[in-house]
Amino acid sequence: MMPHAAQHQTLELFAGIGLVLAVASIAGALLKRAVAHGRPNDIIDNLNARVKAWWVMVILIGIAFMFGRAGVMLLFFFASFAALREFITLTYTRRSDHQALATSFYIILPLQYLLVWTEWYGLYSIFIPVYAFLLLPIVSVIAGDTKRFLERNAKVQWGLMVCVYCLSHVPALLTLRIPGYEDRNLLLIAFLVLVVQSSDVFQYIWGKLIGERKVAPDVSPSKTVGGLVGGVASATLLGTALWWITPFTVVEAALMAFLITVMGFFGGLVMSAIKRDRGVKDWGDLIEGHGGMLDRLDSVVFAAPVFFHVTRYWWT
Amino acid sequence: MTLPWVEPILASAICGFARAITGARARWQGCAPVAGPRVYYANHASHADFVLVWACLPHDLRERTRPVAGLDYWSKDAIRRFAADRLFRSVLIDRSHAAGKDDPIRRMAAALESGDALIVFPEGTRNTTDARLLPFKSGVYHLAVACPDVEFLPVWIENLSRVMPKGRFFPVPLLCTITIGAPLRLRAHEDKETFVARTRDALLALAPPEA
Repeated sequence: MMPHAAQHQTLELFAGIGLVLAVASIAGALLKRAVAHGRPNDIIDNLNARVKAWWVMVILIGIAFMFGRAGVMLLFFFASFAALREFITLTYTRRSDHQALATSFYIILPLQYLLVWTEWYGLYSIFIPVYAFLLLPIVSVIAGDTKRFLERNAKVQWGLMVCVYCLSHVPALLTLRIPGYEDRNLLLIAFLVLVVQSSDVFQYIWGKLIGERKVAPDVSPSKTVGGLVGGVASATLLGTALWWITPFTVVEAALMAFLITVMGFFGGLVMSAIKRDRGVKDWGDLIEGHGGMLDRLDSVVFAAPVFFHVTRYWWT
Repeated sequence: MTLPWVEPILASAICGFARAITGARARWQGCAPVAGPRVYYANHASHADFVLVWACLPHDLRERTRPVAGLDYWSKDAIRRFAADRLFRSVLIDRSHAAGKDDPIRRMAAALESGDALIVFPEGTRNTTDARLLPFKSGVYHLAVACPDVEFLPVWIENLSRVMPKGRFFPVPLLCTITIGAPLRLRAHEDKETFVARTRDALLALAPPEA
């Protein structure tokens, strides 16, 4: 159970988010009626789909928070599962990879979360980069199929790093012991997810308003310089305004928000490059018409380990 | 010996498990999910193919849809016999007869006449080659001749062979899709080669472009 002060802050935060989303939902419904007259309209429908996805995300995180540590661990365990499934689905594998894939899904993924759950930092911080990295090619080589061997192993390892290792650093935030911030670590997760995810929204809005020049035209047609600058600035401001839920001072919160927003931006860009290479627009269709788990989490995945380690180094 | 309420629960559990592992949803591209005698014909690369097609049908259709499967495989032990007979209500056919011999066709036709739908795999065996689709056996044609009013629906199963390849008995969770295309019917005076080629082309047309 959370102590009184932390509970109070969490409730205030969720009430605030709920209010913003309620306003967004009403505005979306009004736009649909007044501007689109109830007919399909790409921009308005996309906006409403985004607001709906935010509701789903906030409600899921809210429920997880109610169950505390166990709830958050389970939520991100299933998110990792869904993300890894999307990643491997789009990856070239052969029949002989069956054993290595089964090992990834049924042993490495649960074990990583178990290690985070038991707060064994010394092992969960190296388990996938060291032990999975060595174990998987051994499992593969026993299967004996040498065709595109290095490529197949590298891709499975990469999928595990992104979908399991990096993502598990979100619930790992709960294991940090920050003096003066005891029992409030859930809010650290709220800070990370809110800032990084809102940055995606701000980039989209600024991109529509002042975006002309593309950041990386060969990778993503939707990422513009205007969107990047406006989005990072807005999300940094939001993060600064949320300093009261963090162990950081106002200036520190601003720097942290800036850091994770920039990492999030490049995360989105890297994952877009992979999608482009595979010739798909979305990783999956978990949320109908709204892409898969990885489409939602690409920026969080890149921000989480950096946020975790910077916080751990300077605040614990 | 078995309790009557166990079977539907077990069948639902198998469907739920198959869908949870593969995240599969049916995409009805050429027609609506309507009950009645129909033949779903699909590509075949995994043991679990018919389970996934069956699991992706709406519940009321699923109850009246029977997979056609090989007697030699499904009668090997008590568990398989129970699954084939009681859970999936399979139409088991003896593959040692040449296709077109009247016995298997007559039994499939009888199931259709009683109002059930069928799931068939016209390749005749699981495809373990790199080809997308093996040549079709002529069974679809003989079935169409026996039941000229029945619609044939192509069903493309994508990715399930990676979830459960031949010779492996535990699944790896990967996303699968089930795409159901527009119905075909035997045309007047259509010969065997034309009909078999037409059904095969319609199925291939549903396959996503090769990566």
